[in-house]
Amino acid sequence: MSERSGQFSAVGKTSVVRSVSDVLVPLLVLALVLLVWQGAVWWWRISPVLLPGPGAVLTACWKIRASLLESAFRTALAALTGLSISIVLGTLTAFAFSQSALVRRAFYPYAVLLQTVPIIAIAPIVIVSLGRGFVSVATVSAILSLFPIITSTTTGLLQVDATLLDLFRLYGASRWKTLLSLRVPAALPYLISGIRIASGSSIVGAIVGEFFVGDGTPGLGSLIQRKSASLVLSELYATVGVATVLGTLVFGLITVVGERVLRRRFGMSLGGRISGPQSGG
Amino acid sequence: MAEKAAIYSLQDAVVHFGDPLRPVLQQISLRIPRGQFLTVVGPSGCGKSTLLRVLAGLQSLSGGQMERSAGPASAAAGGGSTAELRAGFVFQQPALLPWRTALQNLRLPLELGAAKSDDERLLGLLEQVGLSRADAGKRPGQLSGGMQMRLSLARALVRDPQVLLLDEPFAAVDDFLRMKLQDSVRALHDARGLTTILVTHNLQEAAYLSDRVVVLQPAPRGITADFSLERSCLSPAERRRAPEQFQFLQQLTAALFPS
Repeated sequence: MSERSGQFSAVGKTSVVRSVSDVLVPLLVLALVLLVWQGAVWWWRISPVLLPGPGAVLTACWKIRASLLESAFRTALAALTGLSISIVLGTLTAFAFSQSALVRRAFYPYAVLLQTVPIIAIAPIVIVSLGRGFVSVATVSAILSLFPIITSTTTGLLQVDATLLDLFRLYGASRWKTLLSLRVPAALPYLISGIRIASGSSIVGAIVGEFFVGDGTPGLGSLIQRKSASLVLSELYATVGVATVLGTLVFGLITVVGERVLRRRFGMSLGGRISGPQSGG
Repeated sequence: MAEKAAIYSLQDAVVHFGDPLRPVLQQISLRIPRGQFLTVVGPSGCGKSTLLRVLAGLQSLSGGQMERSAGPASAAAGGGSTAELRAGFVFQQPALLPWRTALQNLRLPLELGAAKSDDERLLGLLEQVGLSRADAGKRPGQLSGGMQMRLSLARALVRDPQVLLLDEPFAAVDDFLRMKLQDSVRALHDARGLTTILVTHNLQEAAYLSDRVVVLQPAPRGITADFSLERSCLSPAERRRAPEQFQFLQQLTAALFPS
């Protein structure tokens, strides 16, 4: 028996198999749903006014592709702006929360408020203070995506292994040094999974923002509004589909890039685990 | 004065976590001379880890006194008149920073103490604990459990401590590896002239490694036995099989579980 056990290839193989099945299995489900959908539309001869089949939706998708692309781009821009704002604000808030239980107790309820207040209720306030348009849409997106980043990052900063904290105390590390050299890197997987959850919320926020505080410029939100008014259901479905795909793409992108950065640069993975073989015990 | 200066001297030490009626440590008096390999054994919950944390300065006393003295300053420590007592601590888990390489993990104690790091010395330390220079650039996740424990041991030695505090460091590794690590620790103790305090619930380990074994029972009983061992010049393999080992093991068992 050797101290240098060769478990690495095994770990690598299973993770490749897993990531392939991670993509394949959901795609299979999608194909099945589309098939049943199309079949149902054919079999019962459902009117396209009530439910267009996936074929019709794809055709509509192609027909209004220019408008879809432009809208998706604008919405993505607003969502990413909102997400960036909430990453900065959320991380700073989490720093403050991690440093004092009093601050945490005093302000956490207001962070929860961000999550629970219906956006329709804030919309007038946003419009009054920022007017209608891109800035307001990005603001709504930021409000909706802030909470997961605050909670996830705060958890990461606080849930540091007690033994590691002892180690830092043993060597007389200052609070500041402990934050920078221990808490921040240990919280990275939490920050990234917070961003991952927030990315979905930021796109929902941008679309809803376009509903309530937008100025009608192209965007998936305003496009959905127009298509639902015009009763061309296939095009409405196409727009909703693109919105979903956009959300999934951003989520997937952050997962892949985040996981890669964590693994390569920090030897960690998104679950907060250390990659590679672990010591027993 | 005793024949050898005490590094730690505990007088009626008491530790409780909030409730004075339920102390974790009660009336512990213990004098640990320089150069001794002392092992504290006892059942779970007897406070042996707390005792170690007290010695390390991670836990303050609720009552009683502790004196720590590094003795006269050695040349290595800079030649000041009063040397500070530097203790290395090895935890039950390797407690490594997963995002740092082995070498960067070794630099940590120096960084936190704002001391300059001499990578050549650190690499030498890596070899002393049985790792190779090629491991310096690896992250803990790329090292096996035993290698992580060795790295953790090397980190405890980075500040060139006079004292090594070990909190069940081999509890999580398999028997074969445990024996190898035990030999590494005893060899380092002898080579560096360390004072080592080991906490374990493995009696065999206590018998094999120590100059002195203290039996600690849950408060209020405290230290119930204190054995000094003669260490004859044996190779590790001979020592493990020596009849004295088994005799002492019986004594120790009898002290822990009186009939």
